[in-house]
Amino acid sequence: MTSRTLYRKLVDSHTVAALDEENVLLFCDLHLMNEYTSPQAFAGLYEQGRGVPMPGQNVAVVSHIIPTHPGKIRVIADGASALQASNLKKNCDHFGIPLFDTNDALQGIEHVVAPEHGMIRPGMVVICGDSHTTTYGALGALGFGIGTTEVEHVLATQTLTYRVAKNMRIRIDGTLPVGTTAKDLVLAVIGRIGAQGARGHVVEFCGSAVDALSIEARFTLCNMTVEAGSRGALIAPDQKAIDYVMARAPDVASRHRDAALAAWNELRSDEGARFDAEHLFDASEVVPQVTWGTSPDQVVAVDGTIPLLQDLPDGPVRSSADRALRYTKLQAGTAIEGTPVQHVFIGSCTNGRIEDLRAAAGIVRGRHVAEGVRAMVVPGSGAVKAAAEAEGLDRVFLSAGFEWRNAGCSMCLAMNDDVLGDGVRCASTTNRNFEGRQGRGAITHLMSPAMAAAAAVTGRITDVRRLEALP
Amino acid sequence: MTEPIVIEGRAAALRIENLDTDQIMPKQFLRGIDKTGLAEGLLYDLRFDAQGQARPDFVLNRATHAAASILIGGANFGCGSSREHAVWGLQQFGIRAIVAPSFAEIFYSNAMTNRLLLVTLPRESIAKLMDEADDPSGNTIRIDITAQALRSRSVQDAFELMPRHRRMFLEGLDNIGLSLTYRDQIDAFAQGHWARQPWLRDVAALTKRRL
Repeated sequence: MTSRTLYRKLVDSHTVAALDEENVLLFCDLHLMNEYTSPQAFAGLYEQGRGVPMPGQNVAVVSHIIPTHPGKIRVIADGASALQASNLKKNCDHFGIPLFDTNDALQGIEHVVAPEHGMIRPGMVVICGDSHTTTYGALGALGFGIGTTEVEHVLATQTLTYRVAKNMRIRIDGTLPVGTTAKDLVLAVIGRIGAQGARGHVVEFCGSAVDALSIEARFTLCNMTVEAGSRGALIAPDQKAIDYVMARAPDVASRHRDAALAAWNELRSDEGARFDAEHLFDASEVVPQVTWGTSPDQVVAVDGTIPLLQDLPDGPVRSSADRALRYTKLQAGTAIEGTPVQHVFIGSCTNGRIEDLRAAAGIVRGRHVAEGVRAMVVPGSGAVKAAAEAEGLDRVFLSAGFEWRNAGCSMCLAMNDDVLGDGVRCASTTNRNFEGRQGRGAITHLMSPAMAAAAAVTGRITDVRRLEALP
Repeated sequence: MTEPIVIEGRAAALRIENLDTDQIMPKQFLRGIDKTGLAEGLLYDLRFDAQGQARPDFVLNRATHAAASILIGGANFGCGSSREHAVWGLQQFGIRAIVAPSFAEIFYSNAMTNRLLLVTLPRESIAKLMDEADDPSGNTIRIDITAQALRSRSVQDAFELMPRHRRMFLEGLDNIGLSLTYRDQIDAFAQGHWARQPWLRDVAALTKRRL
């Protein structure tokens, strides 16, 4: 038998039928839905009189539109958004699909909720009408985002017509220096290979630096790999991944442990398996990263300078940088550190988990949000929020002058009422610094939770390595 | 439904690399439960200023280009969010084809499924097409899907189209209906899959019940 990559094994083990040379009918183990990319898919089912044959392989979460203001009962004030939420409930009830509704204590961002309760298991194919579904590669599951027409397809058939991707391997050896995280690592990778550097490929990460990452850090890495244009991200499951899943999936741990371990042991690329592209990185060279532009690959080390236009290749890279700098109101050739911010946002499916909140709290503890800065923490889920409160992190943030919010996608894409004003500059732990993403004219600087915390307490973009943890 | 075998129309150049779907269809237009009303939101921040006034200098606001049905775009067109609203909005605005050096993956699938034609051409051709597009006297482009060929005043290029996508354009396949013809195979596959890995069956329902 020929050597296969992990990606190829996952495609093969989910192929119902080969449709032609490029496409397979791919079985989908778990389909996650939200309130804004699913309504038209359900409408299509009603219109055609089609059912959902395997409702137990689907789950929905109200995530994007939900307000995150503090309080026990959550009310969606915006009429259209409230209708999206009630419509999702109606659709889930009709087809028997489990739902984390607006006031479910475990509600949150779909990509935080699904893995933390053991729904994501190695060897799965997981899809969702959301691009950040690549997150699940951290557990050796093939995850990728789809559009609404494909959401309808999965609902009706539990399969997708899937165009098989190319396969890239990114090996990262070395040790991440103190003060840097998986966020800095993935921003550095995107900065090097570019916003379309992995386009058309599923990326498999390997190497000692990847092995050393916690599962939550691997979620961050795989989550943002889509910002390099990838069609998926994968990390072969190791003991850490197995422990993570077993601790959250009691049914597997109690009834199927040996069979699952045997199956998961096969989830690695064979010796000699061929990749279409390969990259090598040294984690020890990573410095805390900050984006300066309007694409995640427009990124620089916090102690570096924004590139001079003449140093960039003539053509689209240079013209994009020029356009981006006009939008972000920054000067080419100047230091990024010291840039004043008016807002700090800590949260999202990239960095809204408990380890992220701990890292931010570690910097915030004993300090206070700088004057003129509005800072908020939006936990990734109700469970993350409860865990943080049990550790007293809410008090750390609140006493420092942060807002401590309820869970949701919030200001990552500003679909709820957490929207920034024109010209407001935000240090953000999210995944996209696109023009207008956090609000029309708002300027987003992507960075790690610790870096965002440092920006909050200093009022400017600050190298977190300058700030020591206070007792 | 008429089958679009030839797309012919005026072109407009959008000289933006990595034009993301947040810009193509901003968040405030994603709150519906149907597909209507999206033409208004298309490229909203580029078309309108903060007061909601049309920006006279934006290409699609110029009288000469308002009726454009083909966009010439930069690389990685449609990157970012998976929102299919971007594709629906383009179509409702009257766009029938986009020509660019490359397209983001999810956008590509979304567009082709909706029969918004995406044509990938080399950068040199794109540069010529953009310059031509700026000149309203000669910016008509003809795209023959059957022949997989694009022709403008100075560009004559063949383009690739997966056989499956080509059929979708020419025959208007009901993709879901087609996959439903595999229903027995899907069921048989699932039974075998779950026999080998019983922990994958009803994983969402069982988890939700446990919580």
